Amino acid sequence: MTATGIGAPVRRKEDFRFITGKGRYVDDINRPGQAYAYFLRSPHAHATINKIDTSAALKEPGVVAILTGDDVAADKVGGLICGWMIHNKDGSPMKGGAHPALAHGKVRYVGDHVAVVIAETLAQARDASEKIEVDYGVLPAAASIESARKAGAAAIHDVAPDNQVYDWHIGDKAAADAAFAQAKHVTKLDIVNNRLVPNPMEPRAAVGDYDMGSDSFTLYTTSQNPHVARLVLSAFIGIAPENKLRVIAPDVGGGFGSKIFIYAEETICVWAAKKVGRPVKWTSDRTEAFLSDAHGRDHVTHAEMALGDNGKILGLRVKTRANMGAYLSTFASSVPTYLYAPLLSGQYNIPAIYAEVEAVYTNTAPVDAYRGAGRPEATFVIERLAEVAARELHMDPAEFRRRNFVTQFPHQTPVIMAYDAGDYDASLTLAQKMHDTAGFLARKAASAANGKLRGIGYSAYIEACGIAPSAAVGSLGAGVGLWESAEVRVNPVGTVEILTGSHSHGQGHETTFAQLVSSRLGIPLENVSIVHGDTDKVQMGMGTYGSRSGAVGMSAIVKALDKIEAKAKKVAAHVLEAAEGDIEFKDGKFTVKGTDKSADFGTVALNAYIAHKFNGQELEPGLKESAFWDPTNFTFPAGVHICELEIDPATGVIKIDRWTAVDDFGNVINPMIVEGQVHGGIAQGVGQALLEGAVYDESGQLLTASFMDYTMPRADDLPSYNVGMTVTPCPSNPLGIKGCGEAGAIASPPAVINAITNALGHENITMPATPEKVWRAAQSAVRKQAAE
Amino acid sequence: MTKVSMTVNGKAVSAEIEPRTLLVQFLRDHLRLTGTHVGCDTSQCGACMVHVDGRAVKSCTTLAVTVDGSHVTTIEGLAKGDKLHPMQEAFREHHGLQCGFCTPGMIMSAVDIVNRKGHNLDEATIRHELEGNICRCTGYHNIVKAIADGAKHMASTPAE
Ligand code: FES
Ligand code: FES
Repeated sequence: MTATGIGAPVRRKEDFRFITGKGRYVDDINRPGQAYAYFLRSPHAHATINKIDTSAALKEPGVVAILTGDDVAADKVGGLICGWMIHNKDGSPMKGGAHPALAHGKVRYVGDHVAVVIAETLAQARDASEKIEVDYGVLPAAASIESARKAGAAAIHDVAPDNQVYDWHIGDKAAADAAFAQAKHVTKLDIVNNRLVPNPMEPRAAVGDYDMGSDSFTLYTTSQNPHVARLVLSAFIGIAPENKLRVIAPDVGGGFGSKIFIYAEETICVWAAKKVGRPVKWTSDRTEAFLSDAHGRDHVTHAEMALGDNGKILGLRVKTRANMGAYLSTFASSVPTYLYAPLLSGQYNIPAIYAEVEAVYTNTAPVDAYRGAGRPEATFVIERLAEVAARELHMDPAEFRRRNFVTQFPHQTPVIMAYDAGDYDASLTLAQKMHDTAGFLARKAASAANGKLRGIGYSAYIEACGIAPSAAVGSLGAGVGLWESAEVRVNPVGTVEILTGSHSHGQGHETTFAQLVSSRLGIPLENVSIVHGDTDKVQMGMGTYGSRSGAVGMSAIVKALDKIEAKAKKVAAHVLEAAEGDIEFKDGKFTVKGTDKSADFGTVALNAYIAHKFNGQELEPGLKESAFWDPTNFTFPAGVHICELEIDPATGVIKIDRWTAVDDFGNVINPMIVEGQVHGGIAQGVGQALLEGAVYDESGQLLTASFMDYTMPRADDLPSYNVGMTVTPCPSNPLGIKGCGEAGAIASPPAVINAITNALGHENITMPATPEKVWRAAQSAVRKQAAE
Repeated sequence: MTKVSMTVNGKAVSAEIEPRTLLVQFLRDHLRLTGTHVGCDTSQCGACMVHVDGRAVKSCTTLAVTVDGSHVTTIEGLAKGDKLHPMQEAFREHHGLQCGFCTPGMIMSAVDIVNRKGHNLDEATIRHELEGNICRCTGYHNIVKAIADGAKHMASTPAE
């Protein structure tokens, strides 16, 4: 390993601009003559719009235009889409309600888009919006799954009179029932996976621009996948054909899933730019982000585990209700189905699994993928069940897991996934050693002596990443293929540009991708530039989510580099006057086998372009190649996290005392960056377990719409983390990478709750385990401890 | 409209602004110093942190007119020419940033913490002092390490 090669903790190339304030985020972009958009949002969770009177508002100073759902409809702007078709148990398709970019005739959640005011300044647009008169006919609202599915609940979409989006299932019911019939013991749990707001620190923003001369549009947007945005805005929403629409996602300040989706605001900005003949800029404020960014999780589940002799898991039955919010967001339907239930097998050998999922419309913000997307929910189900089953059987929870681990690969689960490589016992063993689990009882006794309750909790998670083989997801209902593209452009002086369809919004691709290229071509790191986030530069791409940029995005680069090497060898053969078959390439040097003749990479690149040494008819000049990589399988990162915490029963305050994470991400390009991803993921998972929760009241008002009301994890809520790694290379891609972006958020919530319930001695706690809840739950534990 | 004058990153600036203009708007929109960010509307996240007369201030909750005549330092003014401030170096060295959006505010807060609490900062102090800054990416682990190390290096370089 060299100082900048694969496996080295190279300091990030992108950091200089961020630490000096020179990052370029969407809100930093200003176009000449731009006007500002402000969205008037619905104050009601469910209402008809009888009339919108904009006449007074239009007279306000600075107002350029006010547009409503009628204008959107008149211009035939297509509705926002959900790109994944799910079928019901009976084979019929899910019920997708229309989702106009500005509400038409009806609003369905607080924050729904009623009108846009475009003015000279943002302040003027906001002031004018207050003069718009909307005549609403308020309807009964259903803010929860239960109220939406109650008999007689008002229909949110006409196509779904009972508010059911779909009723889906997976697995073999008869086999699962048979397993339960033989069970020696059944563990049952009711689980609420709390609703979260992603809250990347950069709020969403968009600048739409229209050039009359070329009749073409440019959209600057906070996107994790600008090409997908262009595809949807072109093919479905109909803004402009793809060759007339450029989408640029410059520096993006975090996404965590919430910036995958194509939202109303960017649609309106780009459409309105032509309509008003000015660039139109919109920047979300934090309250708008709470109201209208897609939320995450929000499942209610009943789960049962059938157990045989010696703690062997025989089967699993799971029934989940998923809140989809008021509209189906871009990938919403796939999250509680194919991103969820196929992971219910966890790291375990479970012969029979049957899962049913009902998705429900409610009068709340749309719910879609948030870091982990479905896999944290599955992990929470299986890892809570495993922990509780072990307790009920009086087994050590680590031992219980060990007995049930999958140990032979490949392993076909009963729910689609074929695990290709892993060593679950290795991660568990290392995690226990690093954590000093052997010393837990002594630490617990010390805590008890101080009047504190100490608990330890495990989470042995698995996820399916590297999303995903196109044909496979196509057969499951996806509307797109999930390959990735790359182009390698070698310049005549031997510097290299890599154009990638992956998008970096914190992941450090400018560094890790350059590490790959620099070590493969034997050129200095600074000679490699990564180009991403602009549909005019990069031909096509599927973007960054599902921990796919390493496994899929970098594999595409490898494939293009293979072609570069093959072509360069042909050029080198001419330069070195040798047969092509005798040329070898290593460490940036082309050599002729068995001789001391050599040419460096730069010389060969130059010769590829000057083309003096070969016949340009027989060998094309130039050195530029592109490739698409379509994965052959998902990847399966897995590992073990251990959380140890102390509860103060007098206050209910929890202090996480130590956290050990051992992950198997396959091969690692940059361990510094990978560890950073783990840290951030854990923080979000601890946030879910202890602090975060989006709360709507019965009328559908969001009670947690600011950082004052929604508790974001802060530095003193969190511990330092002890991170280790084991490695089983992924067999399905050339780099052996599995992916690391979501692991922390997937692994951590059950580790925390298992630790709390371990400390309390009972299972009666829900997320977020706030001090108030923990204090109540701790009272019985204290009585028990006193009695002992 | 009201006239404001101040020194920003060592340069004298003045402008006619609406009285309701926030300091962050003045910096971003009038001076195009876009390194100072806005992450919330309730004075909670610290993405907007700048120094006014040497003290950390949330520029999203400060009216520009109230700092008339002051010396303002933003993230763009922290480095001395090509030479990064030790705290900037420390954030890069310890991977104290991912998306970079919270980073300017974090670094400005970190420098302020050192100015107030000295160069030997333990983990508990740093975590406590960061209560006004939110980062969604890093889980804080590497930010804490960066600040501890940056504080040490600030001891051996002349103060801001
Ligand atoms: S923007 Fe100033 S505290 Fe959030
Ligand atoms: S680095 Fe992204 S919010 Fe801190």
